[in-house]
Amino acid sequence: MKSIVLILTAALATVLHISAQAQTVQDLNIRSLAATCANCHGTNGKAQDGSAVVSLAGLPRDYIVAQMAAFKSGARSATVMHQLAKGYSDAQIEQIAGYFAAQKK
Amino acid sequence: MIARRSFIQSSAALSMLGLAGCATTPSEQAIPAKARVVVIGGGYGGATAAKYVRLLSDYKIDVVLIEPSDMFVSCPISNLVIGGSKQIKDVTSAYGGLSKNHGVTMVKDMATDIDATRRIVTLARGAQIGYDKLIVSPGIDLLLGSIEGLREASDAGQILQAWKAGAETVALRKQLIDMADGGTFAITIPVAPYRCPPGPYERACQVAWYFKQAKPKSKVLILDGNPDVTSKAALFKKVWAEQYKGIIEYRNSHNVTAVDAKTGTIKFDVQEDVKAQVLNVLPAMRAGRIAVQTGLNNQANGRWCGVNYQNFESTAAKNIHVLGDSIQIAPAMPKSGHMANSHAKVAAAAIVAELSGWEINANPMLTNTCYSFVNDKDVVHVASVHEYVAAEKTFKTVAGSGGVSAIDLKPDVTQLEGVYAMNWAQNIWADTLT
Repeated sequence: MKSIVLILTAALATVLHISAQAQTVQDLNIRSLAATCANCHGTNGKAQDGSAVVSLAGLPRDYIVAQMAAFKSGARSATVMHQLAKGYSDAQIEQIAGYFAAQKK
Repeated sequence: MIARRSFIQSSAALSMLGLAGCATTPSEQAIPAKARVVVIGGGYGGATAAKYVRLLSDYKIDVVLIEPSDMFVSCPISNLVIGGSKQIKDVTSAYGGLSKNHGVTMVKDMATDIDATRRIVTLARGAQIGYDKLIVSPGIDLLLGSIEGLREASDAGQILQAWKAGAETVALRKQLIDMADGGTFAITIPVAPYRCPPGPYERACQVAWYFKQAKPKSKVLILDGNPDVTSKAALFKKVWAEQYKGIIEYRNSHNVTAVDAKTGTIKFDVQEDVKAQVLNVLPAMRAGRIAVQTGLNNQANGRWCGVNYQNFESTAAKNIHVLGDSIQIAPAMPKSGHMANSHAKVAAAAIVAELSGWEINANPMLTNTCYSFVNDKDVVHVASVHEYVAAEKTFKTVAGSGGVSAIDLKPDVTQLEGVYAMNWAQNIWADTLT
């Protein structure tokens, strides 16, 4: 039997058309930084229903910044977060907190 | 316009071949210039990459995911199926969310060839798919031929690996159920690096936990090719001494050379032979077959794939990004599902940036959290944060970050970690698949 073989040609070397309201490269970098939290806290900070690992989406920016500082200093005890919080600079935490605060709960 | 015609042709071709329907919406089809990312492999790396290229491009880039399996079966948590406190269905998820929620085109097939020059992937059923960027996330291949007698014993279902979760996980569980009390389960561990550093030690705990309840005269023998336990060493040794004394025995620096399934014998390069009733022999591993076939395995004597860590592009071929267990690791980077998910997000963001004509992120970050169940509810972890260091062109752990569970192993803490471990699984499965 003769098999049907079709070559699906890609749009090679395409540059995306970015509309006026679309993201900037800075937005993209912040989204990918915040995505390092999503493995445990859910995509865009939305954890699964009933999860003891909290949803970050919609939490106030200052609250997230304060909690991360407390994990870093040891003021808030944790099983894992005190170790992970120390991996992020204060500037990165500000960006992450701003991103999750802007997400819908 | 050429780009538009190509895209329409691609959708039509997929449906003509009876492959998964294209889930893009009419508004997306109105975008004139479509770039296409093809992903080979729907594990933690590939599935996450497919989803995040769609998400981070605001659904402007077409994504095709090629995966031969109907369902995603998670290696993390699958040791609990061997211990008996979970069933295989508990670690099995559907792929439907990627197409339904994110418009990923799912193609249930096996990639058999990559033409890196013409940028075309060929599938087992003969179809060909062109790409702008290709993501290869094929996991590992087990080098069964590196141990005499192992391939035959593995093919016959006598000596299992169960290092890719699924039917073998269930079969290994059955071997343990069928074993008479008073028998020995022996697990052998290859020299690092291999998939999931703490996995063999967790598995030993799971089998010992089962024996402790159901077969109290039985033993677990760990025969490690490494000079010491490769992950969470102090924690595992404490658990073995406190919870599994007289059940688990650990022997280091045991390099397996041959097995004999009929007599249940394992042979080593130096030490005397060992006999056991259930043998779980893990051979050396290397990058998955399609990566090797394409010549992406340019590191460690052809075992692993070199990548530019800033975007996970292969150092052997342009426009091909390699993720997960098949890459040559950076210092202190484990081959884990969590890490593959992390790789995928860095690669996805870099691909979106490149196809948008932007500079790629100069400071990508990775995290890893790995939980090990030492029985049905107590858990110990290792966690790390990795930053890309441009001057050294590699990822390094951030100084002062990361660590393991407290060595005192207080039950209220290890059981809380058990709750977090299951929540981690549910959240990363959703982050990867839905």
